[in-house]
Amino acid sequence: MKVTRRTFVRGGVAAFTVTFAAPDFLCDLARAQGAHTRNLVVLYLGGGNDSLSMLVPYNDPSYYSRRPTIAVPAGRVLQIGSDSSRVALGLHPRLTDLKAIFDQGRLALVQRTGYNNQSRSHFQGTDIWSTADPNNSQGLGWLGRYLDSVPPPVNALVGWNTTGSMPHVLQAATIGVPAIADVRAYAFASPNVGNEAAVEKAAAVRICSHVPVDRPALAFVYGSSQGAFETLDRVAAVANYAPSVVYPNTGLGQALRAVAGGMAKAIGTKVFYVTTGGFDTHSAQNVNLINGSYYNLMATLNDALGAFYNDLKNQGLLDDTMLVTFSEFGRRISENGSAGTDHGAASVMMVMGGRVNGGLYGTAPVLNTDPANPTLENNAGDVHYETDFRSVYARVVDGWLGADSKSILGGDFRKATLTFI
Amino acid sequence: MARSADLQIEHLLRRAGFGARPDELENYRAMSLVQAVDTLVNYTLVPDTVDGHIGKPGYVGITSNGPFSPQSNIADARQRWLFRMVHSDRPLQEKMTLFWHNHFATGYNKIAGALGAPEATRYMAAKASEDPGHVRGQIEMLRDNALANFRDILLNIATDTAMLVWLDGRDNKKAKPQENFAREIMELFTMGVGHYTEPDVYAGARVFSGWNLQGAGAVNATARHQEFYYNPDQHETTAKTFSFPIYGDGSRTIPARAASQGMQDGIDLINALAGSRNTARYLAAKLYRFFVSELGDPDPAFVNHIATVYLQSRYDMKTVMREVLLSTQFLDSRAYFARYSWPVEFVVRALKDVGWTGFSLNSAVAAMGNMGQILFEPPDVAGWDAGQTWFSTGAMLARMNFAATLAANQRFNLAKSVKGYAQTPEALLSHLLGSLATPTLDNAVVAELANYVRATGAWTGSDAQLQAKSAGLVHLIAGSPEYQFV
Repeated sequence: MKVTRRTFVRGGVAAFTVTFAAPDFLCDLARAQGAHTRNLVVLYLGGGNDSLSMLVPYNDPSYYSRRPTIAVPAGRVLQIGSDSSRVALGLHPRLTDLKAIFDQGRLALVQRTGYNNQSRSHFQGTDIWSTADPNNSQGLGWLGRYLDSVPPPVNALVGWNTTGSMPHVLQAATIGVPAIADVRAYAFASPNVGNEAAVEKAAAVRICSHVPVDRPALAFVYGSSQGAFETLDRVAAVANYAPSVVYPNTGLGQALRAVAGGMAKAIGTKVFYVTTGGFDTHSAQNVNLINGSYYNLMATLNDALGAFYNDLKNQGLLDDTMLVTFSEFGRRISENGSAGTDHGAASVMMVMGGRVNGGLYGTAPVLNTDPANPTLENNAGDVHYETDFRSVYARVVDGWLGADSKSILGGDFRKATLTFI
Repeated sequence: MARSADLQIEHLLRRAGFGARPDELENYRAMSLVQAVDTLVNYTLVPDTVDGHIGKPGYVGITSNGPFSPQSNIADARQRWLFRMVHSDRPLQEKMTLFWHNHFATGYNKIAGALGAPEATRYMAAKASEDPGHVRGQIEMLRDNALANFRDILLNIATDTAMLVWLDGRDNKKAKPQENFAREIMELFTMGVGHYTEPDVYAGARVFSGWNLQGAGAVNATARHQEFYYNPDQHETTAKTFSFPIYGDGSRTIPARAASQGMQDGIDLINALAGSRNTARYLAAKLYRFFVSELGDPDPAFVNHIATVYLQSRYDMKTVMREVLLSTQFLDSRAYFARYSWPVEFVVRALKDVGWTGFSLNSAVAAMGNMGQILFEPPDVAGWDAGQTWFSTGAMLARMNFAATLAANQRFNLAKSVKGYAQTPEALLSHLLGSLATPTLDNAVVAELANYVRATGAWTGSDAQLQAKSAGLVHLIAGSPEYQFV
């Protein structure tokens, strides 16, 4: 019998026990499968995050010579120690909450993540990070493939997309992830009232339960309608969530408030997708100026993640939660003539959560302009990757979601030194 | 006239326009297909009077916070554009403007952040005739050039104030050239990814160095505005070599030029991009998905043919669009309802099908946000992710809810207009299914709709019953999965 991905994964621990002899991995897997409420929150930083402004190698003289107007002064960074290559690093000064989480050992920073011949296109880059496939970025999303592997019966809220549209990373073969941008607007209206409205809603529900035969495009839209009806009531419960902290009134803050609500109301979601944009800082990046564009990006990120972390901690949900960030690329090392940065290559991924082994993973780039500098590429213009981004995904899939990264990611990208979970 | 000819005309008006008002349909039904297509593409023969009807009785309403100011208030600009889509007698002009808005996707918010909200609206949407400095906003430029020469559109967009802010061209200085516009003009506006290299992007940035903005008009006067100027002091003058031919002789190098002559660099590159076979194919495929079908990949025969027409006509979009609308692929009945409607297409078509008097476009603008489309605010420079991406659960709910809002708003008008079809529940249903065209509904779906009309009491055809049932049916049909296809 041909073992399909689904039956393989359904086999679970037993199947792995006979297949592999990696004790750590098995231990992780067993733990992950034992937990029934684990959540993964994936946060996309849209536009290409300038990670050199977020995690600053403040003792590297080239950082200052190549960024004469936009470097963060050494005296202002929030120092977090040195990585294994003894490069001293500091967080952007506005990331005070993230510094506190780092100090609690619950924030991991994976440096120089990317892939070979990194695309500098926003769109191709996002597709590659979404599919985890640099060679063919048109397929299903890696989170979608994970959701497809969840054994039935599948909860209609197994995934929760907090944006209005469907991101590539959540595209799945069999699972439709509901898009719930605003929990309060996620309700069914009628032009009528009373019994007439109830009869009408019942007709709408029955119509949507119909399955059009041999019309896949139409069937897809039917699936969306069905998904809406199946999720309305539980989402309404989330709208009543009373958080333990005040979330910032930003798109990201409010999205994370809804995510915490979903967790607290135990709606059974395994994957949440959250995004915040504005990272395409080609000009007037204003890293250091209060209300400057990159400064504000850091403020949005810090305040929303800080509130989310504290809320989950207060609700006793932190140990069930892991948040991972990605962005389509890092940015050019040297600033351009507009006090901004153009599209670059490798960047930093963040992993945060109650069971995360925090700290600095990987090594920082050395920023000198020697064309032979092995930490850089593109004639020393951009940061060269050290950790394949799929290795981070693999660790998340194996160690947190309890699935098999080799089947989800289509290859073995496990990296032993990535012990953040 | 045979029903099949009607179906063809309805298909044409859903694609080359936003569906058809009853008066439009009558008008086009009297024409042959070729006449109809020629009327659509030769729209300059039809007077452009639509803006004069805004605020007049008998037309869809607008709601403004203060005097209606589409040149300085983006909410009003959105309503003006939607108004044109509903009421213009030049439907293809509005449809192509939408196509170009998505193609050269420029977002209002970034411009508002840089220049303030009223100025940003001005550079996005002001008409030259209503602006003290005769500023023509980007959407007006695209509307004026909706079926113009693609090379001219490119040159206009490269010197457009909103674009120069949006993709940072205003900051492109010779010391460290700015790559943003150079990358996107190759990746998204012309040839497409895979047909240029990273060094091409760097060379392109140098080509457009000095394509900046400057203030014009008396300082502190309302006429004062930002406009394109070529700044020779910020132009990088050395030669620029590309991986693809720039000149007709196959030469790939734009020669070094004196700074005073350097603007020609950008014109040479734009000419090369407009004339590239890759651009021709990229546009042809995009036109296929927008006008012909989203089910399956673009037909290679169509792409080849339209790309050839594009190149042979020297990039004349009117010639190209006439060919698109008369192509066998477009006219094939399998192309009917083979596109996932964009929120703006869904909303405008629903207004045309259901009715508009007493409805304010302001509520459509808000609803479209929940459906995933805010005009003048594409998510990024690649435009909206179309197709299935529109149909998340939340967005589908927003569509159903817009149908509910519109049906509730139109219940009295509906009850009046269905009076002649009140004899039986079936007559009412069949009349409304005729007004709101969909791909074939399965029998089970039609049965559910009929059950709904019969539920809650015996059929009397009273005004109250017609109001409830026609509004309920309009909600169920316009909110159905089938109606989301155009």
